[in-house]
Amino acid sequence: MSVKILTGTHYMLGDHACAEGAIAAGCRFFAGYPITPATEIAEWISIRLPKFGGVYIQMEDELASMAAVIGASCGGLKSMTATSGPGFSLMVENIGLAVMMEVPCVVVNIQRGAPSTGLPTLVGQADVMQAKWGSHGDYEIVAYAPASCQEMFDLTIEAFNTAERYRIPVIILSDEAVGHLREKVVIPEEKAIKLIERKKPDVSPEEYIPYKTNGDLVPPMAIAGEGYFVHMTGLTHDERGYPAISGEAHEKLVRRLIDKIQKNRGDIIKFEEIETDDADILIVSYGITARSSLKAVQILRKEKIKAGLLRLITIWPFPYEKIEEYAKKVSKIVVAEINSGQVRGEVLKAIKNDLPVIGVHKLGGDLITPYEIVEKIKED
Amino acid sequence: MEIRLKEELKHPLSKWIREDRWPHIWCSGCGIGIAMSSFLYALEELKIEPREVAIVSGIGCTGRVAGYVKVDSYHTTHGRPIPFAIGLKIAKPEMKVIVFSGDGDIVSIGGNHLIHAARRNFDIIVICVNNFNYGMTGGQFGPTTPYKAKTTTTPYGNFEYPFNLPYLAASAGATFVARWTVLHTYYLRQSIKKALKRNGFSFIEVISPCPTGFGRPNKIGEAIDEMKYYKEKSIIKNGIDPKDAELSFHGGNIVVGEFVEIERASYIEILKQSIEEIKGGQK
Repeated sequence: MSVKILTGTHYMLGDHACAEGAIAAGCRFFAGYPITPATEIAEWISIRLPKFGGVYIQMEDELASMAAVIGASCGGLKSMTATSGPGFSLMVENIGLAVMMEVPCVVVNIQRGAPSTGLPTLVGQADVMQAKWGSHGDYEIVAYAPASCQEMFDLTIEAFNTAERYRIPVIILSDEAVGHLREKVVIPEEKAIKLIERKKPDVSPEEYIPYKTNGDLVPPMAIAGEGYFVHMTGLTHDERGYPAISGEAHEKLVRRLIDKIQKNRGDIIKFEEIETDDADILIVSYGITARSSLKAVQILRKEKIKAGLLRLITIWPFPYEKIEEYAKKVSKIVVAEINSGQVRGEVLKAIKNDLPVIGVHKLGGDLITPYEIVEKIKED
Repeated sequence: MEIRLKEELKHPLSKWIREDRWPHIWCSGCGIGIAMSSFLYALEELKIEPREVAIVSGIGCTGRVAGYVKVDSYHTTHGRPIPFAIGLKIAKPEMKVIVFSGDGDIVSIGGNHLIHAARRNFDIIVICVNNFNYGMTGGQFGPTTPYKAKTTTTPYGNFEYPFNLPYLAASAGATFVARWTVLHTYYLRQSIKKALKRNGFSFIEVISPCPTGFGRPNKIGEAIDEMKYYKEKSIIKNGIDPKDAELSFHGGNIVVGEFVEIERASYIEILKQSIEEIKGGQK
């Protein structure tokens, strides 16, 4: 009897939904290191993955975890790791390698209070900029911010699809509150789940040029052992994958790595607009704080204040165009997030007029309540 | 005057080499090329096909091996070839996965990964070329630099003690441990062949001259002088406790040989069995 994903309706922990989503997405390799509040992902995976013939390996640290994930993906397995801020700080080293080698993989960051060891058991949303800029150099990244246990499942599948489609590391930037939330998760039939697999070479090994693209900026990927004899390096390289130490080669490569995400922004960016058609006040939020923001909208609407919510589902790439569009229609924008204003800064970058942009921030440890958002809007 | 050859000269290992990447970056007198060719001859003699092999390197002079060998080859981040190789080997257990990197990469920045891979008896071969310094960055000291040796960052002599690599690997659980110099190409090739035929974690240290980075400040002379030192001072002591494997540059001996060869179930063997049991138990 073949083992199946858990099709049906469940009362499920967010972290477990993420792990089950990975399995449904075809993830067959997980390398990780225990860390609060992401450990439940590793635990669930370690129970479930071997039943599908997959492998859970607990590495000596997060540096090794990320390296092993990339190695396994080069061997053809869909691969993932999960961590929180302190571990993510170590993983950014090899996230850069995955960007440069163009190796698909998924990295989950269940954010907790930070910096440093911070608040291991309590919520935070302060790794937004680290997700974007954590590794050195210029690169683009895709990061999803699930706001429910259902999204922990759904967006993990989407993260794998995006990783495979564009040959990139994709980040799931969740938070402790969503990771440790328990609520209803509906898991569809296996055949109803749409999966994207990486493009494979359609030419013989003799004709294959590893980093030659065919128009869509993403080169087909040969995996180890198939006779294509790829050479992959973190050094700047040419289309053959060979080191090419020049400004010209670097410009060409890094530009393409940026372009393959930037030019597909329209396909990658996701958001949800609630009560925004006639909104005078726009709340921008994501993750667990988007749920408080939604409640704030409902409270304000009852009081005849026209508030709406723009919930970011992808944080990166950032939807500057959408923000700019709203900036022309609303009288103020409110950004609610558990950090000192990381997304608020991006909102300010997006708007061209002198629209007030108000922040509702906590630095971690506690959720922002709907009433705190409401009061901030009223007092302003 | 231009000399034309009637027949095109072919390197005997051309099947294994990315000739379009020649010339290589290594200095004259460097031993990495000898270590690499010993490895390639070992593959050739065992009739292993290139598609069965993957090489993973880290950063540094030896790290460039991955770029010159015509197999699936990965030049990863500094210190991380071992965990990268672990992921790759799990995905492709039928392949021979070899980590080919230097002492700085494997033992300093990657030291933690080395001991844990050895502890797991993980099925990879680590060929660690030890030239006693960081050559790529211009000759700084590292965890293998001999006591009192001069480097660009130990201008008054190194006052740290180095690792004994075979002892380190063996203590951590490696089931095959050898040390040779690049003078001992025959023995080195035999040890690599032995490692290629077995499961589990194999560690082979290859002592190499680095005339540019290490030889010059320590007045060892040219590479040929260092090779003469190897010839004069090397003693083969197969099977000894690796903690007694002396390695001296001050007139003492360089003890080489195969020190450890033990049978213990390997990671991949246990993993396969475990997955079968788990899958079988869910009827």
